[in-house]
Amino acid sequence: MNRKVGIVSMGYHGFSPVTPDLSFRELVYAAASKAYAKAGIGPGDVDMFICAAEDFCEGYSISDEYCNDQLGAVLKPVHTVSGEYLQAIANAAMIIQSGLGKIVVVESHSKASNIKNMEAIHSFGLDPVFNRSLRVTPHFAAGLEMSRYMTESKATEEHCARIVVKNRTNALSNPNAGHGAIISVADVLASDPVAWPVSRLSIAPRSDGCIVTVLAEESVARSLASEPVWILGTGWATESSTLENRAWGEPVSVDIAAQMAYKEAGITVPSQQIDLFEVDDTYSFKELQALEGLHVVGRGQAAHALDEGRLGPDGDLPTNVSGGSLGVGHLLEATGGQKLLELFLQLTYQAGERQIPDVQVGLAQAWRGVPTTTSAVIIVGNE
Amino acid sequence: MSKEILPGTPLSSEEFEKSITIEEHPNLEYSWDDGIAIGRYLKELKEGRIIARTCCGCNRTMLPPRMFCELCYRPTDEWAFVEDTGVVNTFCVTRVNWDASRRGPDEPPLIPAVVEIDGASKGMGILHLLGEVDPKKVKIGMRVKAVWKPKAQREGKITDIKYFKPY
Repeated sequence: MNRKVGIVSMGYHGFSPVTPDLSFRELVYAAASKAYAKAGIGPGDVDMFICAAEDFCEGYSISDEYCNDQLGAVLKPVHTVSGEYLQAIANAAMIIQSGLGKIVVVESHSKASNIKNMEAIHSFGLDPVFNRSLRVTPHFAAGLEMSRYMTESKATEEHCARIVVKNRTNALSNPNAGHGAIISVADVLASDPVAWPVSRLSIAPRSDGCIVTVLAEESVARSLASEPVWILGTGWATESSTLENRAWGEPVSVDIAAQMAYKEAGITVPSQQIDLFEVDDTYSFKELQALEGLHVVGRGQAAHALDEGRLGPDGDLPTNVSGGSLGVGHLLEATGGQKLLELFLQLTYQAGERQIPDVQVGLAQAWRGVPTTTSAVIIVGNE
Repeated sequence: MSKEILPGTPLSSEEFEKSITIEEHPNLEYSWDDGIAIGRYLKELKEGRIIARTCCGCNRTMLPPRMFCELCYRPTDEWAFVEDTGVVNTFCVTRVNWDASRRGPDEPPLIPAVVEIDGASKGMGILHLLGEVDPKKVKIGMRVKAVWKPKAQREGKITDIKYFKPY
């Protein structure tokens, strides 16, 4: 990396199942105002703005044209990444590393509560010739993955259910989480089957919210923040879009994205060099599969790590301490932003009762959801 | 070029119509939260009134109203009722409908226009349609007034104003 990139501040609003009191513009303004105030800047100081958004989730096409007012980005360079928040963070890092901008802002939000039939949007993402005409719930893609993953690994349905219990319990210690709850493994296993082995409670519920991140080049970051969090590595990858020939049990895109980020960050033994993990748990099994793709544990060994209590807040591989998407609520393309936010709060010792002691390096990984095979990884550190 | 890379047989338009098609009607439904500013704006339209927000930073009276000023980047300050009259900033004349169909010979053309509303700051107003006017007589700078639906028919939508007419 030729220039060091720091996260100066993060502003957020949410995360709750509904936000009827605010329009999406007012929601973004609330989060952005906090981010700017914490950084001690105004939007006029920002060189470039990046939004992560998907038109179908906004409800209108060319949604990038609607993102500038509430960010203070009028008459400024703005572009939209039609992808995950962490991909937008990687874009921001590249802009700063290339010297094109010194202060860059990344925004994404979820107004998932405004989407009346999310499944129709997911279905519309299926190939119209090969897949869409089968008229199956798009959750089937997760069902196919989960079946194959459980066959190839030591994970069982019960292990996956325990991920739900863990993350929703973790969310009870996160005042920003929208879906904290005390539930049992039996509750998860008995919940309505959706696309067996995927059941209703094994799917992350959705939340509304917005996350705005202010990133800056090293000297600017040091002048704006007493404790910037540094971007150590970024990676992203997409497997084939063809459902017919995927490596269903293997987290291929996670693996490739991780290797890209590890190389940049100089990580060779992730389980020893990284202190906490916020990884994809859009479906419960995804958390276990992701930890294997990230090489935090060996292939097929994540369930064993869960059995040993290593993934809990007190374990040596604390994973989704924030509650993850299962406990916070899935935030559409802003999901990775919530994962990064948890790392930022932990690495700046602002995580309150769920603070993990002695944290220096954290990893966030996000997935774009069914039917995609896109993953992104960001590694951050406070030194 | 296509022949060299992907050799195939060209289709006539008749053959195209006979081809296998997949028709999709994606059921995309949204219930957008209107929030504070737009919520109040629509509520007032139902009452036959137009409301704006003022910003003490730039002294603008903003229409449509918003809870933050996008130029000063600060919260806006006050609600302010404005008139339902104004001036045509720009307009055009079209014989093509929303769905790209042609309007019939007996249907008048549509005249979308930006109306700068009296009481709002210069350049701010409402994008609407003009009515009760010969398209050839519309001029930029022309004064117009809202024609409202009867109160019982108003729903809290921008279409509670039927159109603007010369006045």
